[in-house]
Amino acid sequence: MDLLVTQALAKSFGDNRAVDRVDFTVRQGEVLALIGSNGAGKTSLVNLVSGLLRPDSGQIIFENNDVTRQSPYERIKAGIARSFQIVNLFDQLSCADNIALSIFSREDKTLKLATLASRDHAVWAEAHDVLRRFGLERAAMLLAGTISHGERKLLDVAVAYALKPKLLFLDEPTSGVSTREKAPIMDIVTSIVRAGGITVVIIEHDMDIVFRYSERIVVMHQGAILADGTPDQIRQNDAVTTTLIGTHPTGESAYGSTGSAGR
Amino acid sequence: MLAWVVPAMALLLVAPYVIDPFQTLTLTYGLIAAIAALGFNLLLGYTGLLSFGHSAFFGGGAYTVAFLVKYLKLASMELFLAGSVLVAAILSVLFGYVCVRYTRIFFGILTLALSQVLWSLAFKFFWVTGGTDGLRIPTPTLLGMAPSDDKMEFLAHHYYYYVLAVFAICVVLMWVIVHSPFGKALQAIRDNEIRAEFIGIRIRRYRLIAFVISGIFTGVAGALWAPLNGLASPDILVWTFSGEIVFMTVLGGFRTFVGPIVGAIAFTYLKTYAVGFTVYWQLLLGTVLVVLVLALPTGIMGAVERLASKIKKSG
Repeated sequence: MDLLVTQALAKSFGDNRAVDRVDFTVRQGEVLALIGSNGAGKTSLVNLVSGLLRPDSGQIIFENNDVTRQSPYERIKAGIARSFQIVNLFDQLSCADNIALSIFSREDKTLKLATLASRDHAVWAEAHDVLRRFGLERAAMLLAGTISHGERKLLDVAVAYALKPKLLFLDEPTSGVSTREKAPIMDIVTSIVRAGGITVVIIEHDMDIVFRYSERIVVMHQGAILADGTPDQIRQNDAVTTTLIGTHPTGESAYGSTGSAGR
Repeated sequence: MLAWVVPAMALLLVAPYVIDPFQTLTLTYGLIAAIAALGFNLLLGYTGLLSFGHSAFFGGGAYTVAFLVKYLKLASMELFLAGSVLVAAILSVLFGYVCVRYTRIFFGILTLALSQVLWSLAFKFFWVTGGTDGLRIPTPTLLGMAPSDDKMEFLAHHYYYYVLAVFAICVVLMWVIVHSPFGKALQAIRDNEIRAEFIGIRIRRYRLIAFVISGIFTGVAGALWAPLNGLASPDILVWTFSGEIVFMTVLGGFRTFVGPIVGAIAFTYLKTYAVGFTVYWQLLLGTVLVVLVLALPTGIMGAVERLASKIKKSG
């Protein structure tokens, strides 16, 4: 079943067609990798779907509802959550606070101003449980601005996860992390979201990570979808190897064709 | 926490019996300023918005009392407080609706501009507001009890305890608000607006609510100030008065809950003594404040916290 469908979704910045009439589909329960070189339109696509950007044209259908004109708030309530490429946390609050805020928000409790937050034991128990799963229980009481970069990347994912979304976008969950730390982070993230039955779209540059952790890969290039298929199909796709690795002698000829391998 | 609150409250309770009436009056002014600063800091310290227009709410509260006296012949302090809450709420909803769409310098300038509109109204419509002469405010009844004949005795005793009680209520209310889920959400907005939006917090709505709560606290302070001062004049609506509220908060330390309270009382004493010491009091006060800010960049409470943690480590 298709959880998310975009139809001819387009967004331009000046003359630059960041997302060029993209038909993008995410199926229920899969771990999908969205790859492509810098400037291919991956983050713009996620920004459009999550509501950070407004599209110029096209539709975004989530669970058969048109969410194109909905605010980020409405989309979050519908079950779309995201993390950010550059770590985006509440730096002067503790790690436990960061997670608890997602839980308070999910349970529509953030407008409560006459009760102490610390009294809501169920929320804190859940917050600590989330931190434990992400291996961050040690940092629960530390300010989010003071922990290591790797831990911040995990906390960033945990904040989005604590919203209990149906569809979770992870924008480069391992960027800026040493190669040795990448696999442990991905192990934690993928096992948690699989256990929670959450559909995940991961934007990633590291091909080893992509082939190892995803079930399906969508390749973007110059604002359009270049290929869509299983890791094996993508590995054998000439257009992909040409544009991503850049060894094709004629270069330009490989562009323009959209989505063929997996269909 | 309690180790601080109990002795501080005890000191404030015995103060009128220990210090002379003039000192008690200064302390009353300090407690009133503390309520205003506490409200102001919900925006600055917890929501990350610097308002340069809080004189509007303070003045709004004070003029509400003056109007209730002049036009409705009321004398009850409780009615004054209720009226000022209502007026400050209306004013802050109107101002906030415009201002919270912006942040940083744009927010500051808008609050400043709107508060100056209010000042010019008080200034120009002299047949309503008394213009620069202001409006006289007699001593009110407290909880239905008529004021005693000796005005000094009334202000330095009965009125002091009345202000202290309102102050205590305001501190408790603000403490609960900043430690509630709502208070956490405000801090999230302060730290990272975009992320806050993407965990499902509607930031404009939250900022507006914070703005209104902040305005009400400052309005209550204005209402308490009016009978103590005996006069509501346009001075308290001028932007420099907003600047004083900003200053006392920064002086005490806007990163801590008690910072604005300590800053407001310290500022009130500094100003009182500077005025008594020399006619160039603004120059003296300015110099003292510049030195204090340079020496204590995190405010008085920031410095106290650092000192306390040093003692803890070495001990």
